[in-house]
This record gives sequence, C-alpha cells and structure tokens, in this order.
Amino acid sequence: MAKAKVTFQDIDTTVNVPAGTRVIEISEKVGSGIIYGCREGDCGTCMMQVVEGWNNLTEPSVLEEKILKENMAGRHNRLACQAQVLGDIAVKPA
Amino acid sequence: MNSRDDLTTPGKAVEVAPGVHWIGAMDPDLRTFDIILKTANGTTYNSYLVRGDDGVAVIDTVKAGFQGEFFARLESVADYSEIRTIVLNHLEPDHSGALPELMRRAPQASLYISKRATSMLKALLKPNQGGFEYQRADTGDRIELGGRTLRFLHTPFLHWPDTQCTYLEEEGVLFSGDIFGCHYCDSRLFNDRAGDFRFSFDYYYAHIMRPFKSHVREALALIGPLKLNLVAPAHGPVLRDRPRRYVNRYRELSAPSIDAEMGEDERSFLIFYMSSYGNTARMAESVADGAESVAGVRISLYDLEGGEVEPFADLIEEADALAFGSPTINGDAVKPVWDLLSSLTVIDLRGKVGAAFGSYGWSGEAVSMVEDRLRGLKLRVPVQGKRIKLVPTEDELEECRSFGRQVAQALVGEGGASRVFDMADLG
Ligand SMILES: Cc1cc2nc3c(=O)[nH]c(=O)nc-3n(C[C@H](O)[C@H](O)[C@H](O)COP(=O)(O)O)c2cc1C
Ligand code: FES
Ligand SMILES: [Fe+2]
Ligand SMILES: [Fe+2]
Repeated sequence: MAKAKVTFQDIDTTVNVPAGTRVIEISEKVGSGIIYGCREGDCGTCMMQVVEGWNNLTEPSVLEEKILKENMAGRHNRLACQAQVLGDIAVKPA
Repeated sequence: MNSRDDLTTPGKAVEVAPGVHWIGAMDPDLRTFDIILKTANGTTYNSYLVRGDDGVAVIDTVKAGFQGEFFARLESVADYSEIRTIVLNHLEPDHSGALPELMRRAPQASLYISKRATSMLKALLKPNQGGFEYQRADTGDRIELGGRTLRFLHTPFLHWPDTQCTYLEEEGVLFSGDIFGCHYCDSRLFNDRAGDFRFSFDYYYAHIMRPFKSHVREALALIGPLKLNLVAPAHGPVLRDRPRRYVNRYRELSAPSIDAEMGEDERSFLIFYMSSYGNTARMAESVADGAESVAGVRISLYDLEGGEVEPFADLIEEADALAFGSPTINGDAVKPVWDLLSSLTVIDLRGKVGAAFGSYGWSGEAVSMVEDRLRGLKLRVPVQGKRIKLVPTEDELEECRSFGRQVAQALVGEGGASRVFDMADLG
C-alpha cells in the first residue's frame, strides 16, 4: 500500500503511514498538541494548520467545509479527525 | 432572598446609569445551576435596556420561565416598537430564553451576537424555526443609538466560546455578561447595598472562568483601558461602587501564584504516585531522578496518600508536565489517582505534558488507563508509559530514570533529533 510521511511540527515527529489514514489516528499516538472533541467532524476542536502538502489530503466533505467556515478557519486549516492522508504532509495545531 | 430595601418591585425597571435600566429577573429559589454550581441564595438574570435618541437597545434577556417578569419591566420603560437593537453577550439559555418571544414582539430589531455564535444560534433556536436575522460582532464594532454608542469586545470562552462584552462608550458602562457575575439574588441590586457576595463572586470565578484563565487575561487586556463607571454583569449585583475593584480581583485570580519561585526559563514537572508495597514509589523516585538530570526542569514529587485533591489541583494548574504513578489494583488505577484526575475540569490543561507509570502484578491495566485519561484531558502524552512487574530491579529502575528523562526532554523540546516512527510500531 502507498505510504506517506506525516510530520507533526509541534513535537518534531514524523510518522510513516499507509495512505488513507486519518490524521487523528496518528496524532494521538505520538502526542501532538492537536486536540479533539467530538471526533466526528462536528465541533471544530481538532482544527489543524497544514503547513506543507495541502493537496496531499482528501478533499473536505461538505460537512467539514461547513464546520471550517463556522469556526472561521484560515486558508490552510483542516479538521484532523476528518482529513485522510494521501501523500506527505506537515501539520501543527491551529 | 434579601428583600429589605427592595429595589426590584415587580413590573418596574431600575435605572442603573443615565438612560440605562435593569430589566432582569430574580430567581431566589435556585440552589443548583448548570449541575456544577451551588448557590446559597439563588441568582438573578440581568438584562439591560439602553435608550438613545434614535431608539432602544436590549442587552441580554432572561431564562425561559422568567419572561413575564422581564417583559413587564421592559414595558415600564419602553415600547417594543422602539427597540432597534438586541444584543446577546452569549447564547446560553439563561440569557437567551426570552429571545424568541422578544424577537416576535420587536420584529424590526436587529440581533447582534458574537462572531463565534452563529452555529450555536441555529442549534439553540431549532424549535423556533424561522431562523433569525442577525449581525456578527467583533472587537471594535460599534452600533450608534443616537448620542449613544455600543462597542463590542470579543471575549471568547467567558463563559461560552461565543462570549462577548458590550460597552456603552458615553457612560462608561460595561455589560460584561457572565464575566464579573455571580449567583447571588439580592433585591437591593447594587454592590454597595447588597449582602456580602464576595464568596459568591470568587466561587463563580473558580467554576466558570478559571478553566479559561488565559482567555480571562486576554479579556482583561481589552477591559483594562476602558473608563468604567459601572460594570453590569448578567448575574448578581450590579457593580456601581468602585467597579474597578472587581476587574482587579479577576486580575489577581487569573495571575499565576508561584511564578516567583520558578526561574524564567524553568519548567515545572510534578510527579504524583500512590503505592501499597513501595514498588510504584520506588519507580517514582527514579522517574524523578531521571527527569531532574534535564537542564531547565524543576521536579516535585508527591505521595498522593499525604495530600488532598484541591491543593494538588492548584499545583497542577501552574505546572508544565505531570506524571502519575499507580499500581494496578483489581484491574484499575487506584482511587486517589482518579479522584485527582476527575477534579481537573476547572483547570486549563491543554498542551501540558502528561505521563503514567506503575508497578503491577499480572494484568497491569492502570498505566494505559491513566494515559487515556490524560489524553482525554487534552494533555500531550509524548512518551509511552512505563510498567514494571512487581518489584523493580536495578535495571528496571534505570529504565524508569530514562523514562523520566525522556518526558522531561519532551517538555523542554529536546529529545535529540526529530523522531521518526512507523505507524505499525506505535501500537
Ligand atoms: C488487592 C489487590 C489487587 C490487585 N489487583 C491487580 C490486578 O488486577 N492486576 C494487576 O496487574 N496487579 C494487581 N495487583 C498487584 C499489584 O499491582 C502489585 O502488587 C504492585 O506491585 C503493587 O505496587 P505498589 O507496591 O506500588 O502498590 C493487586 C494487588 C492487590 C493487593
Ligand atoms: S474533533 Fe470535533 S470536529 Fe474534529
Ligand atoms: Fe453562561
Ligand atoms: Fe449566565
């Protein structure tokens, strides 16, 4: 299966993951400062900043777009509980 | 309720500043608020009406069930057709309860809520359909009422994420929402007349504001420069006599208590443990030893058996890293650890470093259960917990030292080169 590198800049940690993994599944294991509330794309708590590889994540769903908008997301923000990794990315808590 | 000197005759508004009336409701029988708060003498839902040359603004409403009292007071000083502006400083039901009916009676009014309140408005008012028109306010936005200007201050999380304050510039009146409020029902209404509500004021801060200390400081930075003739909170006495004292009290309460003891770039790492046969205790000593060897980290070691939850919670609030040592007893971590970990909801733990360790006999669930709880509390758990079977050997104590060192390094951002893992190895 295709592999991708996910770097959590806040803790200077990189994890090699199978493509399709959600960021949430990795960030909690390594202890990144990204925090979670509902875990289902509803609360916006897990907003993260995508520092590199913006296009290497799955497209946001309509629901994610809506929550991002309601939480005044910046240009490179995504929900870590929703976004799936397709290629190399670097992220940090928003 | 204290009724001597009653200012709050039903059906009457009370002028609290020139052209500003209190039109709130008294709830003297309330004893428990939002499940978590006690009150020995009820509360008030304070709502205010501001009159300008071009119309009237209503700031906050009351809890549903108290509408009648609110509308009667409102009607004593204004006609619904005069209302141009309705402001909700936050959308919690104790202040938005009468909003639907107010909007129905004053359909021409514009509703102003904070920029964070949009999704909540929809979720809260679902049953009322129709969707209101509203404006989103941010710090610095102003509304002109004719010779009167309302200005907004965005003060998120005090008490809900969507909280704002509203400031009447010409009179120096701050409508502060839950900030500077308390659950205290006194019909003498003003701080210089009401009974002794200092305890209620501090208690309210401790339960509602304390979890958001850093937001309190940000809000105080916005409020500090304002001229304040009157602070008009959403609960409890209206603060007209030397209102600045209450702002200063918040400043004291939100300031760190022990920074004098800690060096500028020193980080505080607390280690708590509980131990029946001394195994976890010995692990704790070694974790402390290892952590101590990292420059810039100050260690404190506590046996939970010798302390009480509250002072420990105070210490935790000021700390940068926390480790909990618990043996596994009947498949669980021990109660004093859970007692402490369940008492931290009033504290902002976000981003602190957490770790767990402990001795066990056969199954050893305690460590991972505590780690899960730490993550649940929004701590970051960068180093996998340390478990030792029964009595730790010298080698195992060395592992504990190394564990302590790694946690401390994660705290100061060392840990050598950046770490690289394979997903499969993360367990
Ligand atoms: C009443 C009791 C229940 C226990 N239950 C468990 C258990 O469910 N799982 C386990 O791994 N160890 C269990 N143990 C073993 C302890 O975790 C083990 O003795 C440990 O070394 C005690 O550490 P301490 O000296 O720091 O208290 C139990 C011990 C006692 C006394
Ligand atoms: S955790 Fe709630 S949206 Fe991601
Ligand atoms: Fe509130
Ligand atoms: Fe309130």
